[in-house]
Amino acid sequence: MDKVDFLVIGVGGQGTILASDVLALTGLALGYEVKKSETHGMSQRGGSVDSHVRWGSEVHSPLAEIGTVDYIISFEVLETARWVNYLRPGGTILINEHRIRPLMVGLGEAQYPSDEALLEAFRARADRVYLLPCLAAAQELGNVRTMNVVLLGALSELMGMEPDPWLQVIEQRVPARFVELNRRAFARGRELAQS
Amino acid sequence: MKQLLSGNAAVALGAYHGGIRVAAAYPGTPSTEILEHYAAYPGVYAEWSPNEKVALDTAIGAAYAGANAMSTMKHVGVNVAADALFYASMTGVPGSLVIITADDPGMHSSQNEQDNRNYAKFAKLPMLEPSDSQEAYDFVQQAMHLSHQFETPVFLRLTTRVCHSYTVVDVPEGEEALPPAPPAEPPRWCRDIPRYVMVPSNARRRHPAIEQRLKDLAEWAETADVNRIEPGDPAIGIITGGIAYEHAKEVLPGASYLKLGMSYPLPRHKILEFAASVDQVVVIEGLDPFWEEQVRLMGVDCQGKLDEELFPLWGEFSPDVVRAGLAQAGFVAPAAALPDVMSRLPDLPPRPPVLCPGCPHRGVFHVLKKLKLVVFGDIGCYSLGVTPPLSIIDTCGCMGAGIGQLHGAEKAGLADKAVAVIGDSTFFHTGMPALLNVAYNRGAELVIIMDNRTTAMTGHQEHPGTGRTLQREDTVSVDTAEMARAMGVRHVTVVDPYDLKATETAIREGLNADEPAAVVTLAPCALRVPRKPALVIDPERCNGCGLCLRVGCLAIYRVSEDEARIDPLLCTGCTVCQQVCARKAIKVVAE
Repeated sequence: MDKVDFLVIGVGGQGTILASDVLALTGLALGYEVKKSETHGMSQRGGSVDSHVRWGSEVHSPLAEIGTVDYIISFEVLETARWVNYLRPGGTILINEHRIRPLMVGLGEAQYPSDEALLEAFRARADRVYLLPCLAAAQELGNVRTMNVVLLGALSELMGMEPDPWLQVIEQRVPARFVELNRRAFARGRELAQS
Repeated sequence: MKQLLSGNAAVALGAYHGGIRVAAAYPGTPSTEILEHYAAYPGVYAEWSPNEKVALDTAIGAAYAGANAMSTMKHVGVNVAADALFYASMTGVPGSLVIITADDPGMHSSQNEQDNRNYAKFAKLPMLEPSDSQEAYDFVQQAMHLSHQFETPVFLRLTTRVCHSYTVVDVPEGEEALPPAPPAEPPRWCRDIPRYVMVPSNARRRHPAIEQRLKDLAEWAETADVNRIEPGDPAIGIITGGIAYEHAKEVLPGASYLKLGMSYPLPRHKILEFAASVDQVVVIEGLDPFWEEQVRLMGVDCQGKLDEELFPLWGEFSPDVVRAGLAQAGFVAPAAALPDVMSRLPDLPPRPPVLCPGCPHRGVFHVLKKLKLVVFGDIGCYSLGVTPPLSIIDTCGCMGAGIGQLHGAEKAGLADKAVAVIGDSTFFHTGMPALLNVAYNRGAELVIIMDNRTTAMTGHQEHPGTGRTLQREDTVSVDTAEMARAMGVRHVTVVDPYDLKATETAIREGLNADEPAAVVTLAPCALRVPRKPALVIDPERCNGCGLCLRVGCLAIYRVSEDEARIDPLLCTGCTVCQQVCARKAIKVVAE
């Protein structure tokens, strides 16, 4: 692979930063040049957040261009839609099945789009769209915070990659007492992507 | 050793390795993490000052005493510190002083997107600007050396995408990584009255020296490594720097480049030499045409954003923006025209930042809305009170502005009942002189200090009210109510903002007082205290009236015309919705 561009999408507070950290460090371990750009500040108060992660033989900008991203990894169903134009035709979208109501939807003044409408639109750009119950899997594992690692496990499978470089990075990045739990979360993600 | 570091972390590490020993700052996105990283290194002194001006004066004092010092701030912080900036330019420093300005093109977390390269020209100071984390690490040290060499404060300008992007830094290891040893003897004051006492007679003598310093710096810039020519296709020569350089290299890697690591002053001969070596010159820079204007004054015919309008004067640059401009001039192919996927979807509900569930500000805003008040706002989490359905903030300009605005409006005879709201950190920052003014000039005005005992929006930094320093030492905890009293406000009430009745009473009394009044709504930030059990809505009692929805809490949602529900994962049990429910339908879950 000459280059791989990822966009990690979510809502402030969902823990997208750990996922983009692991993605960036895995790319480095695989020998790529890596750049990553993330959202801080106001948006972290429940707003939309995005991280660009870029692997390549040569990477200049920390931001990918519209229509060139290979993988969108989304922590929240609706948020995927705001960024779908960044995907290259034929790219892959991986979505955690979790819907967080924006305030206007809770007030009954706006509609949360239906899965059908969203998936139909995503498929107009993407070759592969996966809506996986990563949050539910993390809940089954007994710790919702492992949701991002379930998602990374699924991504590694969809990329056709071996688990080892990912797991090595995850082990460095999480506290020792959570290593075993995160290994299981990663394996669960791979299973979800296979099914 | 290669490490993936954010620009902010790289600046902190570079400052530590380079021997910067004293640093002062006020938190502000995107600069905040620099001091947080730096404060963790051994043998350094770092502090959160109450505001950027105090921070810069502190760093100047350290540099006057011969130390290597720095002060970090967001772009608008330099406005607050500008008075100090200009005298420091006049006096120069015997130690070294690096002033870090973190600009926010695109206004991710700011009220404007001012281009602080203009401050370098305005204050007649040199400015370095890195493009990635490696340069952030290198340039902070380069800035320190430049400061020593020319006895001048030196700006280091960062932008959001440099601060918060992670790129590889080659970090020295072992002995190389150790900062130089501090001086064995404590510094002695070197009296130099003509230099450091800027009374007019001395200042008049200093000004020519400052002009000469700029000429010397421009000479230095001609041969400095930070300004680098990268020969390529001679058909197009790109003059650029900062993050715009990375975007340009992404889009047009084969062009000839003059990469400016020093944003001011510019290397005239190098620019002329570069321009002569290429067929056409394009200047690529975010925000203002700061370089383009100077390059044109040198007599170079170039394209950019002044006449050709290849690039916008506002917004954040990206590879997309750079490609669109270069494509317009015919230098690159335009981006492939892909069908807009978004157009296949209905309008998406927006997801702006909002007050967190359980936020102590929510109940106060509910009361202000109920009382139909005009609300002069300020900078902080409470600016989120502008989001519907609360929509209760009428102004938000800069730190400390709301109280003065209220005072002026009242003195102008404003017929509407009005209040000012300000957070605790902002009160200490610039709210205090404004409240002092209300008391001194007999404004019968009500100021609400929304005291959540932290600097919340930037990520919970310490301040003079928290009882802890940046370096985690115990210190005084200044009481905002006592402070208001000490400044001459006699009508001061402290209330629990989760008690809506008490809050309303205190605000009504404050409004009716025929003298300066302050209400302190005191409760810690909801993100820093344990949650209480979630509340539930009894569907039998709920008739869907929507009163609870109007407090604007993410945890409450409508399920039908005649029913609302509470999301137990989000609810913190703050009880604000329970207090507004007219049908007593909201209850604590039995454990």
